[in-house]
Amino acid sequence: MSENLLKLKNISKDYYGNQVLNNINIDINKGEIHALVGENGAGKSTLMNILFGMPVIHSTGGYKGSIEIEGKEVNIATPHDAMNLGIGMVHQEFMLIPGFTITENIKINREITNPNIVSRIFGKSLETLDFKKMNADARKALDKLDMGIDEFTLVAGLPVGHMQFIEIAREIDKTGMKILVFDEPTAVLTETETQNLLKAIKKLAESGIGIIFISHRLDEVMQISDRVTVLRDGEHVATMNTKDTNTHEIAQLMIGRKISLDRKEKTNHISDETILRIRNFVVKMPGEEVKGLDLDVKKGEIIGIGGLAGQGKLGIANGIMGIYPAKGEVVFEGKPLELNNPKKSIASGLAFVSEDRKGVGLLLDSSIEFNTVFTSMQIHNDFLIKIGPIKFKDSKKIREHTKKMIKDLDIRCRSPLQNAGSLSGGNQQKVCLARALTQNPKLLLVSEPTRGIDVGAKKLVLDLLRKLNEEQGMTIVMTSSELAELRSICDRIVIICDGKVEGILPPDAPDADFGLMMSGSRANSDLRGDLNG
Amino acid sequence: MAELTNGKIRNSILKSIGLPTIIIAVFYAVVLVSAFMLGLPMTELISDTLRRFGMNGLLVLAMVPSIKSGTGPNFALPVGISCGLLAIVCGIEFGFEGFGLILFASVFATIVATIVGYLYGKLLNAVKGAEMTIATYTGFSIVSLMSLVWLMVPFQSKKMGWLIGSGLRETIQLDSVGADGIINEFLAFNIFGVKVPTGLLLVFFAFCILIWLFFRTKTGIAIFAGGQNPKFAEASGIDIDKNRVIANIISTILGALGIILYSQSYGYTQLYAAPLNMAFPAVAAILIGGATASKANVINVLIGVFLFQGLFTTSLPVANQLFAGTDLSETLRMVIQNGIILYALTQVKGGDR
Repeated sequence: MSENLLKLKNISKDYYGNQVLNNINIDINKGEIHALVGENGAGKSTLMNILFGMPVIHSTGGYKGSIEIEGKEVNIATPHDAMNLGIGMVHQEFMLIPGFTITENIKINREITNPNIVSRIFGKSLETLDFKKMNADARKALDKLDMGIDEFTLVAGLPVGHMQFIEIAREIDKTGMKILVFDEPTAVLTETETQNLLKAIKKLAESGIGIIFISHRLDEVMQISDRVTVLRDGEHVATMNTKDTNTHEIAQLMIGRKISLDRKEKTNHISDETILRIRNFVVKMPGEEVKGLDLDVKKGEIIGIGGLAGQGKLGIANGIMGIYPAKGEVVFEGKPLELNNPKKSIASGLAFVSEDRKGVGLLLDSSIEFNTVFTSMQIHNDFLIKIGPIKFKDSKKIREHTKKMIKDLDIRCRSPLQNAGSLSGGNQQKVCLARALTQNPKLLLVSEPTRGIDVGAKKLVLDLLRKLNEEQGMTIVMTSSELAELRSICDRIVIICDGKVEGILPPDAPDADFGLMMSGSRANSDLRGDLNG
Repeated sequence: MAELTNGKIRNSILKSIGLPTIIIAVFYAVVLVSAFMLGLPMTELISDTLRRFGMNGLLVLAMVPSIKSGTGPNFALPVGISCGLLAIVCGIEFGFEGFGLILFASVFATIVATIVGYLYGKLLNAVKGAEMTIATYTGFSIVSLMSLVWLMVPFQSKKMGWLIGSGLRETIQLDSVGADGIINEFLAFNIFGVKVPTGLLLVFFAFCILIWLFFRTKTGIAIFAGGQNPKFAEASGIDIDKNRVIANIISTILGALGIILYSQSYGYTQLYAAPLNMAFPAVAAILIGGATASKANVINVLIGVFLFQGLFTTSLPVANQLFAGTDLSETLRMVIQNGIILYALTQVKGGDR
């Protein structure tokens, strides 16, 4: 069964000069389960997009390298080509129509039909559906997966686990299915459902289908895969036989030694005083839910919040600032903070730099100075001249302050009146920071401060945060997907997994610890215990 | 490099003025030249343009607060207009005349419009995302409702009633209460045969300055930010719903005062179906002035109302000369007015608000 099925040769891809995949070589044999692991942004989805001929790849200049299926070089230009070549994908989100039966969902757009009188005149699209044959096909696919459920049941109301199986059934029902990609298939499943799914995947592999299994959960990878390939920052780090490795090694390879942002010794002292106390915190932020989190932030520290996308790290700051509905207990400087009220949060001395720079962070069509002073003006009544009961904006003071900010933060712009939307990403981020700093916050929450900005600007932003912390003693809560960044400036790093604190690590902890904690591998609970204590 | 910069500057000028504004301005210039060539009395045309500029001004200005707050152009202008009309007929019924009538009507209209505008703002907050459609039909409904009111109010004044039967007349002459053109005539003068309605223009400009000042206050700035990007404003602790209500109260008040200014200049107060289609020319005017469904300022009002009213004051006699016996001017007016609204609506980006 070691016949070669799929070969990805020297695959490289860049988005406008930004290298996201560099010389990737992967081959998959018949009946093999090949796991693909890596952090967010390691290049897994880009690689799969290439395999499926997604338009996003071809509209951005295509890719380099070649793809071979069963020894023949193929050109996959559209998802349709991929389907014809026998490549299938089980999606993370279910693409099912709730009002249809299981059969109908499995057979959608590939219905088996019989001609009738009308169709003979008006064409094939009016032929009668052959439900008997379709049901039989669906039954066959379901049986392959050991699903006892009736094929004529409506999809609406089925448990999530079943829906996942129907997705798979749809793929394997396609004739000539050779390669099946599972993208985080267990993300929404319960423990037993997961086990059933893994069993089904094994069974599929035994029938000769090659399987690419993408997951963050390393213990699943260990349990099911034959070989595992690790990607990091678009580089192919290693391909190993699963039985020759362990979660520890995989985790270490995933995180790796990145281009290190050198870390300077801190000059200021972190007090023992807790400035922010969070207990049993729940935030309903779609895709980033926080589910009962406890955390203490010490005065004067930079605390980093890390973790994989979708685990809830972004929900924390958004919940504290009242942007998404939150529940629980938050005590700031000894006083309970009223939740779901952005005005109160800002007034009590919290400032927030949002991860959604263009949506929440800036008024793109307004000037730099407007963006800089707006929040302070509205909440702290700065930059206003009072004439009778009416408060007018103080244009002179606004201009002076903005000019100072532009100088201090080195915002590259033509004038304070330039629209924020016309600045580069890094400079936009600095305007966001300028607004937060204008509020003179006691605690600064920054989310993804370096997302979408170039390397030089990244360093400037990080240096600025450190300077604020050291010179003004400002407490900073920094949320970021980039672990290297957190490790370069934070005093402690909290890893969030499944909406809760998985553990807290010092920035110089070994790579493997971070990797294991981020993937939520419960096997290492002893480690967590140490650090929480 | 230099060419590139020139091209960039040209583009940015084009963008900042806006294509519709330029097209209408060119068209207006063509019509003005033809009027001159046809030997039409230019002084009269210019006098007329000035008068119509002033009398429509406040109704167009009413669009600014609603657009800035993010609820789009105030298609429910008839709501404010109805408040103004109610104030005028009440004033006449109570026996006010001349300046007294204007003063009473203005104060009374402001009070009524504040209450009505508050309720209207609440309504808009309940239908976020569909403001413009709801506003249009609110405007239509209020006109029908007020038609019933005009029929049934037990007013006794002979100046407003029908000769027989009960209810108010469709058109009420204001010269009988000494209010015909009373603001227009204030400090009015003639220069090169052009009559300048000083009082009218002063009132209009005064309100323009007030609105301009308002959007430099803390509240005004918060309203603007909420209209531009509600998520941004909310994250800064702004109560967007409250601001939308405030903006629509101001818009409704401007509509109410606008119709008082309009009526005294026109010389008549028109009831029943007259306010039905008054929102559309006002919306068209501000859009021609360079506003969009989500961005507007006082300059857009001044440019827009001048071009729009100027164009139609001038094109009517020109069209009558060139195509005698047709109703081409009115047809053209409808095409441009509704065309520009359609154009503006296609520019509204989905999911912006």
